[in-house]
Amino acid sequence: MSRTLLTGNGAAAWGARLARVDYVPAFPITPQTEIIETIAKWVDTGEMDARMVTLESEHSMITAAGAAAATGVRVFTATSSQGLLYGMEMLYSVAGWRAPFVLVNVSRGLSSPLTLEPDHNDILAARDSGCLQIHCSTCQEVFDSMLIAYRLAEDERVRLPVIVNLDGFYLSFTREPVELPDQESVRDYVGSYDPETTLFRASAPSSQGVAVLGGGPYSYFRYELHLAARNALRVYDQVAGEFAGRFGRAHRAVEAYRMEDADIAFVMIGSFATKARAAVDRLRDDGWRVGLVRPRLLRPFPAAHLQRLLAGKRGAAVIDQNLSMGLGGVLHSEVASALYGQDGAPPTLVSFVAGLGGRDIADEEFFEMAAVTKRAIDKDETPPPRLLYTEAELREVRKLQAIAHVEYEQLRGASGANEGWRR
Amino acid sequence: MFRVRFHGRGGQGMKAASRILGNAFFLEGYEVQDAPRYGAERRGAPIFAYVRAGREPINERGIIRHPDLVIVADDSLIPVPGAGVMSGVDSRTVVLINSEESPKVWKQRLNFEGDVFTVPVETADRAELRFIGVTCVGAAARLLGAIKRETLSEAIRQELASLGSDIVQISLSKALAAFDSMQAQAGTVTPVKTASSAHFQPPDWIDLSLEDARASAPAIHAGATSIEVRTGLWRTLRPVIDHDRCNRCWWVCSTFCPDGAINVDTEGRPQIDYDHCKGCMICVAQCPPHAIRAISEREAQAAEVEEASK
Repeated sequence: MSRTLLTGNGAAAWGARLARVDYVPAFPITPQTEIIETIAKWVDTGEMDARMVTLESEHSMITAAGAAAATGVRVFTATSSQGLLYGMEMLYSVAGWRAPFVLVNVSRGLSSPLTLEPDHNDILAARDSGCLQIHCSTCQEVFDSMLIAYRLAEDERVRLPVIVNLDGFYLSFTREPVELPDQESVRDYVGSYDPETTLFRASAPSSQGVAVLGGGPYSYFRYELHLAARNALRVYDQVAGEFAGRFGRAHRAVEAYRMEDADIAFVMIGSFATKARAAVDRLRDDGWRVGLVRPRLLRPFPAAHLQRLLAGKRGAAVIDQNLSMGLGGVLHSEVASALYGQDGAPPTLVSFVAGLGGRDIADEEFFEMAAVTKRAIDKDETPPPRLLYTEAELREVRKLQAIAHVEYEQLRGASGANEGWRR
Repeated sequence: MFRVRFHGRGGQGMKAASRILGNAFFLEGYEVQDAPRYGAERRGAPIFAYVRAGREPINERGIIRHPDLVIVADDSLIPVPGAGVMSGVDSRTVVLINSEESPKVWKQRLNFEGDVFTVPVETADRAELRFIGVTCVGAAARLLGAIKRETLSEAIRQELASLGSDIVQISLSKALAAFDSMQAQAGTVTPVKTASSAHFQPPDWIDLSLEDARASAPAIHAGATSIEVRTGLWRTLRPVIDHDRCNRCWWVCSTFCPDGAINVDTEGRPQIDYDHCKGCMICVAQCPPHAIRAISEREAQAAEVEEASK
């Protein structure tokens, strides 16, 4: 066991190495590239006994991952943002094959406009694919989640691909101390992949992922997929519990931080949740009864955990680092649907959209979100969803628009809704 | 918790410097976070990196808004607004600048009350550029006062091992010389308390309103707007054409220039657009009659100032 400084990308690569994966189909994309570079180096030096193949696209890469998993080998692959979307067709397909493997997604905002820095719209686009999702907040958690993900994916009660999600830049390029267990204890925990019925051999013809016509058979297979994903909740608690027993680090389906006597909860996923933790500590110092609820599992959705953790609370500020156009924050609507009609559900659920494209969330903004939520509770009146966006940020855009020759004067009269021009 | 921000240009070793400092803290038993921040990676473009180090596990994440120590590896970045060198700096922040100008001059130029220290690094030779980072980190380690000389050496050995022993030796000698030069200022940097939720300035959030798609789609409504961005500011070396030697070939230089910054005038002579030449030196390498030479940008600017004052 050693404690060493690793980036989130490095931690993901170490997870694949110590899980002794057999096959790594790969395609590079910022900010994920360091993962496959690291594995390529290890394969080259013989430190990792795996076959790595560079594919010509993420579509082929995910096809190869599913196909290889169906032949009975342990598979790892990784992508990000546009790459995940490019492979989306196959992501849905391979989940339907019930082929288990682990895919790391390094979150990055989606085009347009094209960007490099993170938010969660990429991974949320894979929300309904049948792949399970684990969201990480530290580099240690990235490594640990890799091992838990293999146990979960390959469990015969689940057998689905698992996506381990880490935020670009704030985890992918950020080094933190990471405890790496020795190979033996990882081997004991992860075990070896028993492909049982998925096993596919050229010498024994069989067909997987076949077509069906008619809604009856289709509904059966799709609903079974759903039930397997639901079953993963129970299996997750078990394999994460075993992990905690063996390695001493608990990674519950939903992390609860200082929630016992809290009146108000921040609810968010991903690496910026550690900033919420820091804000909770500050607010607690000043007498606020605030806590943090952070789902690690997003699929399957841990509704019962959230219902339990939020029961009896006065309000919650749901912070979404994503935006569903025409709706708002995705997590907010999912949390609301989990709480609707439940006994003791917090009456106030305030929606904030923040951190799009890697935008920072300042300490003061966490304090203000708590204050807004408290005012909403006191007045019993939920404010409209709020995008965290400042005057200075709009001024920056105005400067860009000036350089881009956006004709303000011409536009001002063109529409009745151009109040913003005067800023 | 210590919060340190490094500013430099791609190629000056800022990522390596932040990793050396992070590792040195880690070896001293601190909890650590270090990270570089860059956009589309390009040599010469402004980048920054940051290090947090404390005795407790670190929950803060992302950019450092209020640094205790700011390290500026390239003083030509200070007037570049996009580089944000002085962002979030207040009077108790310590600023360390690689500059031949004195701290007094910088305090005056920046109208800054806090401590400024300088650590001059000779960069006339292009090969020296990559050692700016280690020099800065040597000085920074002493200013922070939390890192022993041996620990700094060990961190350099570990972080730069893959570059070979020659690079490690040169880096060690440069970093340790800078470390020693800051003896009198050891421990000047003091970590500030974290933000308080009892007394804070509420953010000035605004409501975005719907705007016409002609404005709110990410489109540029004219050609050649990139002229507005003076990427010539990124240059540390300047290519200079000797027109007596230039044989006015088929303008190999202008064809190879990745930025289209070499234009051919009506007499067939190539002319470099210094507002946009980033100093990549590809033209220097490609010129068939060797008529383009590289000179230090700093010296070139000094010579221009002298010329103008005559």
